[in-house]
Amino acid sequence: MSDEKRQVSRRQFLNYTLTGVGGFMAAGLLISPVRMAIDPVLKHDEGGDFANAGIAIDDITADPQRIDWTIDQVDGWYESEVTRSAWVYRNDDDEIVAFSPICKHLGCVVSWEGNDDYPDQYYCPCHDGRYYKNGVNVPGTPPLQPLDVYEQEERDGMLFLGKIQPHEEA
Amino acid sequence: MLQKIYDWIDDRIDITPIWRDIADHEVPEHVNPAHHFSAFVYCFGGLTFFVVVIQILSGMFLTMYYVPDIENAWQSVYYLQTEVAHAQIVRGMHHWGASVVIVMLLLHTLRVFFQGAYKKPRELNWMVGVLIFFVMLGLGFTGYLLPWDNKAYFATQVGLEIAEQVPFIGEALKTLLAGDATIVGAQTLTRFFAIHVFFLPGALFALLAVHFILIRRQGISGPL
Repeated sequence: MSDEKRQVSRRQFLNYTLTGVGGFMAAGLLISPVRMAIDPVLKHDEGGDFANAGIAIDDITADPQRIDWTIDQVDGWYESEVTRSAWVYRNDDDEIVAFSPICKHLGCVVSWEGNDDYPDQYYCPCHDGRYYKNGVNVPGTPPLQPLDVYEQEERDGMLFLGKIQPHEEA
Repeated sequence: MLQKIYDWIDDRIDITPIWRDIADHEVPEHVNPAHHFSAFVYCFGGLTFFVVVIQILSGMFLTMYYVPDIENAWQSVYYLQTEVAHAQIVRGMHHWGASVVIVMLLLHTLRVFFQGAYKKPRELNWMVGVLIFFVMLGLGFTGYLLPWDNKAYFATQVGLEIAEQVPFIGEALKTLLAGDATIVGAQTLTRFFAIHVFFLPGALFALLAVHFILIRRQGISGPL
Protein backbone atom coordinates (compact mmCIF):
# COMPACT_ATOMS: atom_id res chain seq x y z
CA MET A 1 0.00 0.00 0.00
CA SER A 2 1.74 3.12 -1.13
CA ASP A 3 0.16 6.27 0.23
CA GLU A 4 1.72 8.39 -2.50
CA LYS A 5 -1.46 8.72 -4.53
CA ARG A 6 -3.92 9.09 -1.67
CA GLN A 7 -3.86 12.83 -1.35
CA VAL A 8 -7.52 12.94 -0.36
CA SER A 9 -8.58 10.47 2.25
CA ARG A 10 -11.96 8.80 2.16
CA ARG A 11 -12.99 10.77 5.24
CA GLN A 12 -11.92 14.05 3.66
CA PHE A 13 -13.72 13.23 0.44
CA LEU A 14 -16.94 12.50 2.29
CA ASN A 15 -16.57 15.64 4.36
CA TYR A 16 -16.09 17.80 1.27
CA THR A 17 -18.97 16.15 -0.53
CA LEU A 18 -21.36 16.47 2.37
CA THR A 19 -20.36 20.08 3.04
CA GLY A 20 -20.74 20.89 -0.64
CA VAL A 21 -24.14 19.27 -1.00
CA GLY A 22 -25.31 20.75 2.29
CA GLY A 23 -24.07 24.19 1.33
CA PHE A 24 -25.73 23.92 -2.05
CA MET A 25 -29.04 22.99 -0.46
CA ALA A 26 -28.80 25.76 2.15
CA ALA A 27 -27.93 28.28 -0.56
CA GLY A 28 -30.81 27.12 -2.74
CA LEU A 29 -33.11 27.47 0.22
CA LEU A 30 -31.94 30.89 1.29
CA ILE A 31 -31.23 32.70 -1.95
CA SER A 32 -34.81 33.74 -2.67
CA PRO A 33 -35.71 34.80 0.87
CA VAL A 34 -32.52 36.83 1.15
CA ARG A 35 -33.02 38.47 -2.25
CA MET A 36 -36.55 39.33 -1.20
CA ALA A 37 -35.41 40.78 2.10
CA ILE A 38 -32.79 43.04 0.54
CA ASP A 39 -35.09 44.18 -2.25
CA PRO A 40 -35.64 47.69 -0.79
CA VAL A 41 -31.88 48.31 -0.94
CA LEU A 42 -31.64 47.22 -4.56
CA LYS A 43 -34.78 48.97 -5.82
CA HIS A 44 -33.64 51.90 -7.90
CA ASP A 45 -35.26 55.17 -7.08
CA GLU A 46 -37.35 56.38 -10.00
CA GLY A 47 -37.22 59.91 -8.62
CA GLY A 48 -37.37 63.05 -10.71
CA ASP A 49 -41.07 63.42 -10.09
CA PHE A 50 -41.76 67.10 -9.99
CA ALA A 51 -44.85 68.38 -8.24
CA ASN A 52 -46.52 71.75 -8.46
CA ALA A 53 -45.39 73.65 -5.39
CA GLY A 54 -48.32 76.02 -5.73
CA ILE A 55 -46.43 79.26 -6.15
CA ALA A 56 -46.03 81.37 -9.29
CA ILE A 57 -42.48 82.16 -10.31
CA ASP A 58 -43.33 85.85 -10.30
CA ASP A 59 -44.45 85.70 -6.69
CA ILE A 60 -41.07 84.59 -5.44
CA THR A 61 -39.21 87.50 -3.90
CA ALA A 62 -35.88 88.11 -2.26
CA ASP A 63 -37.55 87.40 1.07
CA PRO A 64 -37.72 83.66 1.86
CA GLN A 65 -41.29 82.46 2.11
CA ARG A 66 -42.55 79.15 3.29
CA ILE A 67 -44.58 77.11 0.84
CA ASP A 68 -46.49 73.90 1.47
CA TRP A 69 -47.77 71.56 -1.16
CA THR A 70 -48.89 67.95 -1.37
CA ILE A 71 -47.46 65.10 -3.38
CA ASP A 72 -48.81 61.61 -4.09
CA GLN A 73 -46.54 59.27 -2.20
CA VAL A 74 -46.41 55.58 -3.05
CA ASP A 75 -45.10 53.64 -0.08
CA GLY A 76 -45.15 49.98 -1.02
CA TRP A 77 -48.82 49.05 -1.14
CA TYR A 78 -49.88 52.29 0.55
CA GLU A 79 -50.58 55.41 -1.46
CA SER A 80 -51.21 58.69 0.25
CA GLU A 81 -50.94 62.44 -0.08
CA VAL A 82 -48.18 63.89 2.02
CA THR A 83 -47.33 67.50 2.64
CA ARG A 84 -43.96 68.86 1.67
CA SER A 85 -42.58 72.23 2.71
CA ALA A 86 -39.86 74.50 1.43
CA TRP A 87 -38.46 77.98 1.92
CA VAL A 88 -38.12 79.71 -1.45
CA TYR A 89 -36.48 82.96 -2.35
CA ARG A 90 -34.64 84.71 -5.14
CA ASN A 91 -30.93 85.03 -4.46
CA ASP A 92 -28.62 87.88 -5.45
CA ASP A 93 -28.03 86.30 -8.88
CA ASP A 94 -31.80 86.31 -9.43
CA GLU A 95 -31.91 82.52 -9.22
CA ILE A 96 -34.71 80.78 -7.43
CA VAL A 97 -33.62 78.61 -4.51
CA ALA A 98 -35.91 76.25 -2.59
CA PHE A 99 -34.52 75.00 0.70
CA SER A 100 -35.71 71.93 2.51
CA PRO A 101 -36.70 73.05 6.01
CA ILE A 102 -35.14 69.96 7.59
CA CYS A 103 -32.28 70.97 9.89
CA LYS A 104 -29.02 69.23 9.05
CA HIS A 105 -28.27 68.73 12.70
CA LEU A 106 -30.91 66.26 13.87
CA GLY A 107 -33.83 66.77 11.51
CA CYS A 108 -36.06 69.35 13.19
CA VAL A 109 -37.83 71.99 11.10
CA VAL A 110 -36.20 75.37 10.61
CA SER A 111 -37.96 78.70 10.06
CA TRP A 112 -36.81 81.90 8.45
CA GLU A 113 -36.32 84.47 11.19
CA GLY A 114 -37.68 81.91 13.61
CA ASN A 115 -36.01 83.72 16.48
CA ASP A 116 -36.18 87.47 17.03
CA ASP A 117 -32.57 87.51 18.17
CA TYR A 118 -31.35 86.36 14.78
CA PRO A 119 -32.96 88.36 11.99
CA ASP A 120 -32.07 87.33 8.44
CA GLN A 121 -31.26 83.79 9.47
CA TYR A 122 -32.93 80.40 9.48
CA TYR A 123 -33.43 79.21 13.00
CA CYS A 124 -33.94 75.72 14.37
CA PRO A 125 -35.69 75.73 17.77
CA CYS A 126 -34.38 72.35 18.88
CA HIS A 127 -30.73 73.19 19.51
CA ASP A 128 -30.44 76.78 18.30
CA GLY A 129 -29.07 75.77 14.92
CA ARG A 130 -28.82 78.67 12.50
CA TYR A 131 -28.28 79.18 8.77
CA TYR A 132 -27.57 82.27 6.69
CA LYS A 133 -29.97 83.40 4.03
CA ASN A 134 -28.05 81.38 1.41
CA GLY A 135 -28.64 78.21 3.44
CA VAL A 136 -25.12 77.89 4.75
CA ASN A 137 -24.90 76.85 8.37
CA VAL A 138 -23.64 79.46 10.80
CA PRO A 139 -20.30 78.26 12.18
CA GLY A 140 -20.42 77.46 15.86
CA THR A 141 -24.06 76.32 15.80
CA PRO A 142 -24.94 72.61 15.85
CA PRO A 143 -25.56 71.93 12.12
CA LEU A 144 -22.49 70.92 10.15
CA GLN A 145 -23.89 71.22 6.63
CA PRO A 146 -25.92 73.75 4.66
CA LEU A 147 -29.66 73.22 4.18
CA ASP A 148 -30.61 70.80 1.40
CA VAL A 149 -32.17 72.20 -1.76
CA TYR A 150 -35.03 70.94 -3.92
CA GLU A 151 -34.55 70.15 -7.57
CA GLN A 152 -36.65 72.71 -9.40
CA GLU A 153 -38.30 73.38 -12.70
CA GLU A 154 -40.55 76.06 -14.15
CA ARG A 155 -43.72 74.98 -15.90
CA ASP A 156 -46.35 77.42 -17.13
CA GLY A 157 -45.04 80.10 -14.82
CA MET A 158 -45.39 77.88 -11.77
CA LEU A 159 -42.62 76.47 -9.59
CA PHE A 160 -42.29 72.68 -9.66
CA LEU A 161 -40.13 71.01 -7.05
CA GLY A 162 -38.65 67.52 -7.15
CA LYS A 163 -36.09 65.58 -5.18
CA ILE A 164 -34.15 66.93 -2.24
CA GLN A 165 -30.43 67.20 -2.86
CA PRO A 166 -27.42 68.33 -0.88
CA HIS A 167 -26.52 71.97 -1.24
CA GLU A 168 -23.65 72.05 -3.71
CA GLU A 169 -21.75 75.27 -3.14
CA ALA A 170 -20.37 76.00 0.31
CA MET B 1 -9.03 29.79 10.57
CA LEU B 2 -12.39 28.21 11.36
CA GLN B 3 -10.59 25.40 13.13
CA LYS B 4 -8.75 27.94 15.24
CA ILE B 5 -11.94 29.76 16.23
CA TYR B 6 -13.53 26.44 17.07
CA ASP B 7 -10.52 25.36 19.12
CA TRP B 8 -10.46 28.68 20.97
CA ILE B 9 -14.10 28.28 21.99
CA ASP B 10 -13.81 24.54 22.67
CA ASP B 11 -10.76 25.15 24.83
CA ARG B 12 -12.82 27.34 27.12
CA ILE B 13 -16.28 25.85 27.22
CA ASP B 14 -15.79 22.29 25.93
CA ILE B 15 -18.51 22.26 23.28
CA THR B 16 -17.40 19.06 21.52
CA PRO B 17 -19.39 16.71 23.79
CA ILE B 18 -22.50 18.83 23.24
CA TRP B 19 -22.63 18.54 19.48
CA ARG B 20 -21.26 14.98 19.53
CA ASP B 21 -24.18 14.05 21.70
CA ILE B 22 -26.55 15.57 19.15
CA ALA B 23 -24.87 14.61 15.89
CA ASP B 24 -23.00 11.38 16.58
CA HIS B 25 -25.26 8.41 16.80
CA GLU B 26 -25.36 5.07 15.14
CA VAL B 27 -27.75 4.51 12.26
CA PRO B 28 -28.77 0.85 12.44
CA GLU B 29 -28.38 -1.17 9.26
CA HIS B 30 -32.11 -1.70 8.78
CA VAL B 31 -32.61 2.10 8.75
CA ASN B 32 -29.84 2.83 6.25
CA PRO B 33 -31.01 3.06 2.63
CA ALA B 34 -27.47 2.16 1.52
CA HIS B 35 -28.05 -1.35 2.90
CA HIS B 36 -31.71 -1.82 2.14
CA PHE B 37 -33.19 0.59 -0.32
CA SER B 38 -36.63 0.14 1.19
CA ALA B 39 -35.28 1.89 4.26
CA PHE B 40 -36.04 5.20 2.53
CA VAL B 41 -39.34 5.10 4.39
CA TYR B 42 -37.37 6.11 7.48
CA CYS B 43 -36.62 9.44 5.82
CA PHE B 44 -40.17 10.75 5.99
CA GLY B 45 -39.85 12.06 9.54
CA GLY B 46 -36.67 13.94 8.73
CA LEU B 47 -38.19 15.22 5.50
CA THR B 48 -41.19 16.52 7.43
CA PHE B 49 -38.83 18.41 9.69
CA PHE B 50 -36.88 19.71 6.70
CA VAL B 51 -40.05 21.12 5.15
CA VAL B 52 -40.98 22.61 8.53
CA VAL B 53 -37.64 24.43 8.50
CA ILE B 54 -38.46 25.76 5.02
CA GLN B 55 -41.86 26.90 6.32
CA ILE B 56 -40.30 28.72 9.26
CA LEU B 57 -37.70 30.44 7.10
CA SER B 58 -40.03 31.47 4.29
CA GLY B 59 -42.66 32.55 6.82
CA MET B 60 -40.19 34.75 8.68
CA PHE B 61 -39.27 36.50 5.46
CA LEU B 62 -42.89 36.87 4.36
CA THR B 63 -43.76 38.80 7.51
CA MET B 64 -41.33 41.48 6.32
CA TYR B 65 -44.00 42.53 3.83
CA TYR B 66 -47.25 41.09 5.10
CA VAL B 67 -49.68 43.20 7.14
CA PRO B 68 -52.39 41.43 9.18
CA ASP B 69 -55.06 44.05 8.64
CA ILE B 70 -58.18 43.85 6.49
CA GLU B 71 -57.37 47.08 4.66
CA ASN B 72 -53.83 46.12 3.80
CA ALA B 73 -53.49 42.34 3.96
CA TRP B 74 -54.46 41.65 0.38
CA GLN B 75 -52.69 44.79 -0.85
CA SER B 76 -49.45 43.80 0.83
CA VAL B 77 -49.62 40.26 -0.55
CA TYR B 78 -50.36 41.64 -4.02
CA TYR B 79 -47.47 44.05 -3.66
CA LEU B 80 -44.98 41.38 -2.72
CA GLN B 81 -46.28 39.08 -5.46
CA THR B 82 -45.90 41.71 -8.16
CA GLU B 83 -43.28 44.22 -7.05
CA VAL B 84 -40.74 42.51 -4.81
CA ALA B 85 -37.96 40.46 -6.41
CA HIS B 86 -38.13 36.73 -5.58
CA ALA B 87 -41.07 37.27 -3.21
CA GLN B 88 -43.23 35.17 -5.50
CA ILE B 89 -40.82 32.30 -4.99
CA VAL B 90 -40.76 32.76 -1.23
CA ARG B 91 -44.54 32.83 -1.04
CA GLY B 92 -44.57 29.84 -3.36
CA MET B 93 -42.27 27.98 -0.97
CA HIS B 94 -44.61 28.75 1.91
CA HIS B 95 -47.76 27.96 -0.07
CA TRP B 96 -46.62 24.63 -1.52
CA GLY B 97 -44.57 23.72 1.52
CA ALA B 98 -47.72 23.89 3.63
CA SER B 99 -49.19 21.06 1.56
CA VAL B 100 -45.93 19.11 1.36
CA VAL B 101 -45.63 19.19 5.16
CA ILE B 102 -49.00 17.48 5.50
CA VAL B 103 -48.11 14.89 2.85
CA MET B 104 -44.76 14.09 4.49
CA LEU B 105 -46.37 13.99 7.90
CA LEU B 106 -48.95 11.50 6.68
CA LEU B 107 -46.29 9.31 5.03
CA HIS B 108 -44.29 9.36 8.27
CA THR B 109 -47.41 8.44 10.22
CA LEU B 110 -48.20 5.58 7.82
CA ARG B 111 -44.67 4.20 8.15
CA VAL B 112 -44.82 4.29 11.93
CA PHE B 113 -48.29 2.77 11.87
CA PHE B 114 -47.62 -0.11 9.50
CA GLN B 115 -44.29 -0.98 11.08
CA GLY B 116 -45.93 -0.99 14.48
CA ALA B 117 -43.23 1.39 15.66
CA TYR B 118 -45.73 3.14 17.93
CA LYS B 119 -45.96 0.09 20.24
CA LYS B 120 -44.53 -0.06 23.73
CA PRO B 121 -42.34 1.71 24.79
CA ARG B 122 -43.01 4.39 22.13
CA GLU B 123 -46.71 5.10 22.74
CA LEU B 124 -45.94 8.51 24.24
CA ASN B 125 -44.04 9.58 21.17
CA TRP B 126 -46.96 8.52 18.99
CA MET B 127 -49.24 10.73 21.07
CA VAL B 128 -46.86 13.66 20.77
CA GLY B 129 -46.81 13.03 17.02
CA VAL B 130 -50.60 13.16 16.87
CA LEU B 131 -50.49 16.49 18.72
CA ILE B 132 -47.94 17.76 16.17
CA PHE B 133 -50.36 16.69 13.44
CA PHE B 134 -53.15 18.76 15.02
CA VAL B 135 -50.85 21.76 15.37
CA MET B 136 -49.94 21.44 11.69
CA LEU B 137 -53.60 21.36 10.70
CA GLY B 138 -54.12 24.45 12.84
CA LEU B 139 -51.25 26.19 11.11
CA GLY B 140 -52.74 25.30 7.74
CA PHE B 141 -56.19 26.53 8.74
CA THR B 142 -55.02 29.84 10.20
CA GLY B 143 -52.52 30.50 7.41
CA TYR B 144 -55.17 29.99 4.76
CA LEU B 145 -57.03 33.12 5.84
CA LEU B 146 -54.06 35.47 5.85
CA PRO B 147 -54.00 36.53 2.14
CA TRP B 148 -57.53 37.83 2.78
CA ASP B 149 -58.82 37.01 -0.68
CA ASN B 150 -62.21 35.52 -1.47
CA LYS B 151 -61.04 31.93 -1.22
CA ALA B 152 -59.44 32.59 2.15
CA TYR B 153 -62.49 34.41 3.48
CA PHE B 154 -65.08 31.85 2.52
CA ALA B 155 -62.92 28.88 3.48
CA THR B 156 -62.53 30.39 6.93
CA GLN B 157 -66.24 31.00 7.20
CA VAL B 158 -66.80 27.32 6.49
CA GLY B 159 -64.05 26.32 8.93
CA LEU B 160 -65.56 28.45 11.66
CA GLU B 161 -68.97 26.92 11.08
CA ILE B 162 -67.43 23.48 11.41
CA ALA B 163 -65.98 24.59 14.75
CA GLU B 164 -69.47 25.76 15.70
CA GLN B 165 -70.78 22.19 15.36
CA VAL B 166 -68.86 21.08 18.43
CA PRO B 167 -71.44 20.08 21.06
CA PHE B 168 -72.11 22.55 23.90
CA ILE B 169 -69.07 24.79 23.45
CA GLY B 170 -69.39 25.23 19.69
CA GLU B 171 -70.59 28.81 19.66
CA ALA B 172 -68.10 29.95 22.27
CA LEU B 173 -65.34 28.19 20.34
CA LYS B 174 -66.29 29.94 17.13
CA THR B 175 -66.36 33.33 18.85
CA LEU B 176 -63.03 32.62 20.45
CA LEU B 177 -61.49 31.80 17.08
CA ALA B 178 -63.12 34.59 15.10
CA GLY B 179 -62.93 37.30 17.74
CA ASP B 180 -66.58 38.14 17.10
CA ALA B 181 -69.81 36.17 17.33
CA THR B 182 -71.03 37.00 13.84
CA ILE B 183 -68.39 38.86 11.85
CA VAL B 184 -65.46 37.30 10.05
CA GLY B 185 -63.38 40.43 9.79
CA ALA B 186 -60.72 42.63 11.28
CA GLN B 187 -60.53 40.82 14.60
CA THR B 188 -60.56 37.42 12.95
CA LEU B 189 -57.62 38.29 10.76
CA THR B 190 -55.35 39.58 13.55
CA ARG B 191 -56.30 36.64 15.74
CA PHE B 192 -55.50 34.15 13.02
CA PHE B 193 -52.23 35.94 12.36
CA ALA B 194 -51.23 35.81 16.02
CA ILE B 195 -52.18 32.15 16.26
CA HIS B 196 -50.37 31.38 13.01
CA VAL B 197 -47.05 33.07 13.75
CA PHE B 198 -46.77 32.97 17.56
CA PHE B 199 -48.99 30.52 19.39
CA LEU B 200 -48.94 27.49 17.13
CA PRO B 201 -45.25 27.72 16.18
CA GLY B 202 -44.45 27.98 19.89
CA ALA B 203 -46.46 24.85 20.56
CA LEU B 204 -44.88 23.19 17.54
CA PHE B 205 -41.32 23.85 18.70
CA ALA B 206 -42.05 22.46 22.15
CA LEU B 207 -43.69 19.34 20.74
CA LEU B 208 -40.91 18.80 18.21
CA ALA B 209 -38.34 19.05 20.97
CA VAL B 210 -40.16 16.38 22.97
CA HIS B 211 -40.58 14.26 19.84
CA PHE B 212 -36.84 14.36 19.09
CA ILE B 213 -35.68 13.90 22.68
CA LEU B 214 -37.91 10.86 23.00
CA ILE B 215 -36.69 9.25 19.79
CA ARG B 216 -33.08 9.77 20.86
CA ARG B 217 -33.77 8.33 24.29
CA GLN B 218 -35.64 5.33 22.99
CA GLY B 219 -33.82 4.81 19.73
CA ILE B 220 -35.34 3.82 16.43
CA SER B 221 -37.53 0.73 16.61
CA GLY B 222 -35.92 -2.54 15.55
CA PRO B 223 -36.17 -4.26 12.17
CA LEU B 224 -39.43 -5.92 11.20
